[in-house]
Amino acid sequence: MKWPRTLVFGAALFAIFLFAALISFLWTPYDVEVLNIPAKLKTPNAEFWFGSDHFGRDIFSMIMVGARTSIAVAIVAVGIGIGLGVPLGLWAAANHGSWLDEVIMRGNDLVFAFPSLVIAILITAVFGPSALNAIIAIGIFNIPVFARISRGGALSIWTLDYILSARVAGKNALRISVEHILPNIANLLIVQGTIQFSLGILAEAALSYVGLGAQPPTPSWGRMLADSQTMISFAPHLALFPGFAIVLTVLGLNLMGDGLRDILDPKIRRSRQ
Amino acid sequence: MSLLSVKNLTVSIHDTPILKNLSFDMQPSQVFGVVGESGSGKSMTALAMMGLLPGGAEIGGTAMLGGSVDLLNTPEAVMCGIRGNDIGMIFQEPMTALNPVQTIGQQVAETLVIHGQASKSEALKIAREKLNRVGLPADRFPLDRYPHELSGGQRQRVVIALAIALRPKLLIADEPTTALDVTTQAQILDLLRSLVAEEDMALMLITHDLAVVSGIADHVAVMQHGEIVEAGRTDDIFRNMQHPYTKQLLKASGHVPDRTPQTEDIPILEVKNAVRHYVLARTGLFARPPPFRAVSDVSFTLNRGENLGLVGESGCGKSTLTRAILGLEPLQSGEIRLFGEPVSPAMPNALRAGVQVVFQDPYGSFNPRWRVERLVAEPFHLMQTPPTDSQARVDEALESVGMQSSDKRKYIHEFSGGQRQRIAIARALILRPELIVLDEAVSALDVSIRAQILDLLAELSDKLNLSYLFISHDLSVVRAITDRVLVMKSGEIVESGPTNDVFENPQHAYTRELIAATPRLPEGVGGAALT
Repeated sequence: MKWPRTLVFGAALFAIFLFAALISFLWTPYDVEVLNIPAKLKTPNAEFWFGSDHFGRDIFSMIMVGARTSIAVAIVAVGIGIGLGVPLGLWAAANHGSWLDEVIMRGNDLVFAFPSLVIAILITAVFGPSALNAIIAIGIFNIPVFARISRGGALSIWTLDYILSARVAGKNALRISVEHILPNIANLLIVQGTIQFSLGILAEAALSYVGLGAQPPTPSWGRMLADSQTMISFAPHLALFPGFAIVLTVLGLNLMGDGLRDILDPKIRRSRQ
Repeated sequence: MSLLSVKNLTVSIHDTPILKNLSFDMQPSQVFGVVGESGSGKSMTALAMMGLLPGGAEIGGTAMLGGSVDLLNTPEAVMCGIRGNDIGMIFQEPMTALNPVQTIGQQVAETLVIHGQASKSEALKIAREKLNRVGLPADRFPLDRYPHELSGGQRQRVVIALAIALRPKLLIADEPTTALDVTTQAQILDLLRSLVAEEDMALMLITHDLAVVSGIADHVAVMQHGEIVEAGRTDDIFRNMQHPYTKQLLKASGHVPDRTPQTEDIPILEVKNAVRHYVLARTGLFARPPPFRAVSDVSFTLNRGENLGLVGESGCGKSTLTRAILGLEPLQSGEIRLFGEPVSPAMPNALRAGVQVVFQDPYGSFNPRWRVERLVAEPFHLMQTPPTDSQARVDEALESVGMQSSDKRKYIHEFSGGQRQRIAIARALILRPELIVLDEAVSALDVSIRAQILDLLAELSDKLNLSYLFISHDLSVVRAITDRVLVMKSGEIVESGPTNDVFENPQHAYTRELIAATPRLPEGVGGAALT
């Protein structure tokens, strides 16, 4: 099989940031929590690869640790979405046409109807700003996305003969959903998961930018952008590097999602032949 | 002079030969039948004539239309003018061949407008004429009907009206009646036959069904592996066939497996006054949704060791009844008893284990992500504890249907349609049930594969003393394998009796209509036919 170019390029881009995030657990060039005022606002040089900020912290190290924050938030947020949304969607599909299906899907519509970032701001405003509350807020808005996509995929599989065979073999809806439906909609979920992952990273950056995400001293790309705002005229590198980090990660994930769709979605695969 | 003269047509796709040196001629006002099993290249031949081969195809040879245009070496822009104008095409699936958001009048008129043959208002007038011609009169089928308001047969008529709108000289029909019921099929074949005679067209009729060809075609070509193995006048071919493949095809078409029925007088399945209705969509906001009686007042008994056929056209309630018998859907009234115990969605697993099922579609019947061993062993779920020798029983079931025990490590996509149907039978056998419901189990298979599966079913039935409830729309298959037959129409059983009596001496008008509509091979051919 030939891998789509978008998938290879996207996965490589994302892998760079994932690698940086993993390495940051073991090693960063400088400790991001130690201030070094004398070395403040250095432009990129051999000592500070991406320069340093107004407290003299190394931008490169902060990008590495920031990657960790972004990816962790996105993983958990997508996890919440899949963990709750997929069972809801499968449950709705198994009871297609019943009041339960209606209740679940109309509940989904309700969540969809709210502007997600505004609600995220509301949640963090009520429960206090923290990375955890940001995760929960972003995660909640992932639930209807996964519920809807898994219900749609499941409905088309419920009509197939092998589901009838399983019912003849006495299997109940739960067992059929887990054994037959879930593995066959996994491709849809993987593709959507990648897209939601990139949206999660964007949402985390946005919340941190308005000060409602990860709190200092934990570095976060969004807050690095916010901090750099007042200094952008004389220290543009402060904004440039976190900005690039966000753009490249999201780009990588979106390309990866596109590429995965090409190889995993049977409808597209057939039409491309 | 021939209308179409094909010489040495050769097609390969990505270096895989698809068609090898086909040569044939087609005459005006004649029907040219192309017969073959799936993968024989018959559809590819049609696509090559239309210039619609998939990308990567390499074409050799010539196909002269009207002595002047070579269809194989004409640029796409010119072919666009030829398609529709000189060549009309009818596809298999009437459900998807029409655009659901356009009225039938618009769709027929569109062809005329696109080819610059008529203005919009003239086109609609011609569309009306063409629809009248194909048997859709103005009073019942105004131009502003939408495809979803029509039945499958009526849609196929619209597709034919579309194809003949510009009075093409050549009409290509690829399995035009395969998706239709027998009575509808007979009507559509009549229509095609009269169109060819009256409009002076040549028809290329592609089909897998020898009986259809024998009834309508003037000339026949039999294809196998991308080659024409035998061709000639239909009468000559059927009277004096030369090629072993043609003989084999004919033999398989009328195949009757050897059986020794051992019916005991012990009822294992009793259906008494079964009624099942559905609620249809609301017609208005406050209107009560009308009920639809899918199965109304059906009663019958199936004895141990008996093969019972259930025949009916689509929408007659066969599938609904099947689901009720399998205990997947409840009845509104009446009852079904299996081995004397009541059948319902809540029935105990031990009872469920007594009846298993084989479905029609060999492709949709298996979870593509499971290995065969897991697929075949799925019914073990009905047992309290899975048997300790479950692997040995999987082997045994696979071997009893003529597969190898080593096949169990494979995934389902590695098997052909016929092999998949064998695996489906193995899955149905694994619990050693007494009754197997065969829901159109051989309908999707090629004739030679179908003959093998019928043999297998007959052999298993004799060996294991199984009973079958054999549900099918195909009368010849039902006749070949059942002892008794029920004829179902609009949710009711209109006739029942020993299979031979019903077929020899049908009592109900509908049964007679069904039997008359079934295409049959010429009398005495190959000694097989429908006897």
